[in-house]
Amino acid sequence: MIDINTIKVSLTFPPSKVTFPLMTKLVRVFELEVNILHADVRLNKTGKLIVELTGETHNIDDALKYIEEMGITCHIFNGTLTWDEEKCVHCGACTSVCPSRALTIGEPDYTLSFDKEKCLVCGLCVKACPLNVMCLAQRE
Amino acid sequence: MKTIEEINEKIKNGTAVVVTAEEMIGIVEEMGTKKAAQKVDVVTTGTFSPMCSSGAFINFGHSSPPIRMTRVWLNDVMAYAGIAAVDAYIGATELSESQGMAYGGAHVMEDFISGKDIRLYAESYGTDCYPRKSITTTINRDNVNQAFMFNPRNCYQNYYAGTNSTNKTIYTYMGTLLPNFGNVTYCTSGQLSPLLNDPEYRTIGIGTRVFLGGAQGYVAYQGTQHDPGQERMPNGTPVGGAGTLALIGDMKKMSARFVRAAIYEKYGVTLFVGVGIPIPVLDEDMAAKTSVSDKDIFTYIVDKSGATSFSQLVSYHELRSGNVVINGKKVPTAPLSSMKVAREIADILKQQILKGEFLISEPAELLPKTGERLNKLDVRGD
Repeated sequence: MIDINTIKVSLTFPPSKVTFPLMTKLVRVFELEVNILHADVRLNKTGKLIVELTGETHNIDDALKYIEEMGITCHIFNGTLTWDEEKCVHCGACTSVCPSRALTIGEPDYTLSFDKEKCLVCGLCVKACPLNVMCLAQRE
Repeated sequence: MKTIEEINEKIKNGTAVVVTAEEMIGIVEEMGTKKAAQKVDVVTTGTFSPMCSSGAFINFGHSSPPIRMTRVWLNDVMAYAGIAAVDAYIGATELSESQGMAYGGAHVMEDFISGKDIRLYAESYGTDCYPRKSITTTINRDNVNQAFMFNPRNCYQNYYAGTNSTNKTIYTYMGTLLPNFGNVTYCTSGQLSPLLNDPEYRTIGIGTRVFLGGAQGYVAYQGTQHDPGQERMPNGTPVGGAGTLALIGDMKKMSARFVRAAIYEKYGVTLFVGVGIPIPVLDEDMAAKTSVSDKDIFTYIVDKSGATSFSQLVSYHELRSGNVVINGKKVPTAPLSSMKVAREIADILKQQILKGEFLISEPAELLPKTGERLNKLDVRGD
């Protein structure tokens, strides 16, 4: 049986590695499916990518080792965002810092809406929430 | 032309027509201001926003032997005691001496309204008539004498939107502002906001009965920093902070749904206050004023880092779209004021008026409509 897994990781590229074609390597060498969720890349500056990687577990493990060897810092998100909907006042402050627009608010009813698929589990909303109702929980 | 007395008669008879400020937009669009003024008697407004200049006076009652409290702490948050023996004022933004920014005066107020016990510790120098030198006890909603919220500045009539030009994240009372114009935050209920629906203070004045934190309260006075001379659009709405209200109301009758403590990261504690004000539609002009929409209300986006004098005029319609363009770049926008709860307040107020539980009041005095612009504080020492 093939063991397929999906993980969400944040990759921090030192300025010298920003031009390195890592995504191509992950696809070709490790046969991973790559979904770029967020990118902040500028020439000669520290770059940041948040990607979702899907593939056979042993390939993912090998790819993570390879990424580290290349001098690229890798952080695996294994949390999930939860919030106390009862205590939330739907002010919208959390949406102002959400980089992936997983948290949004607007018409028709200005109720806070959360798209789990888009969430980068970065935790910025946890600190930005003035009512302190957001929480990063470890995934099972 | 209608008088407040006539409108109140209709409310008592159950024949008054009451709509929210958002419903009024469509009504005026459909039938025009003349017919709308004949049809609609009262327009209700609402806001639920962080309002730092809030607090409450509490009278604790006398102990035996009595104490003339000179310093007072409620749940480790210092309250101002430089008034009579067992009176104190707890301010919303005061921080806890043991928990710092994690708890403050706003939390004391929310806990009090929720019916929780609050630890009172007070000190004194002792006098012949007040010999006790310290006291430790608990107080709550049911065992104090009076507890009235007295907020020196609420309901800001419009407010500047915030952004950040620097290359570092800044933490402000306008929320977390991301570097390089990374976001814009704004804070008003716009077309539903009380003073934007009576922009020239024709009906809201001293003595106006209001919905305050779930109870009935009153406009006590013009609020601090009331600045009617602000630049205005042809429809009378100001393009930044202008009028403000000092509000007063019985905190024992309030609901924690409409009074919530808040913490802005690395800034401090504040209080979300729910306010709703009914506006009598006295004539065609008031029908026009209460039909104002986010398309017709403007503010400036300003640089809250203070590093530049950046300023860009923008409508609330644009801010509510989720993006604005700054220096050719699309920048996400976000509200800090809860439109959802503001609508709930406007609707509750509408229902209370329809049921005859809430009457419109004639102001004892109107708010200043003109005046010198705000003073600056000179620095005259080290």
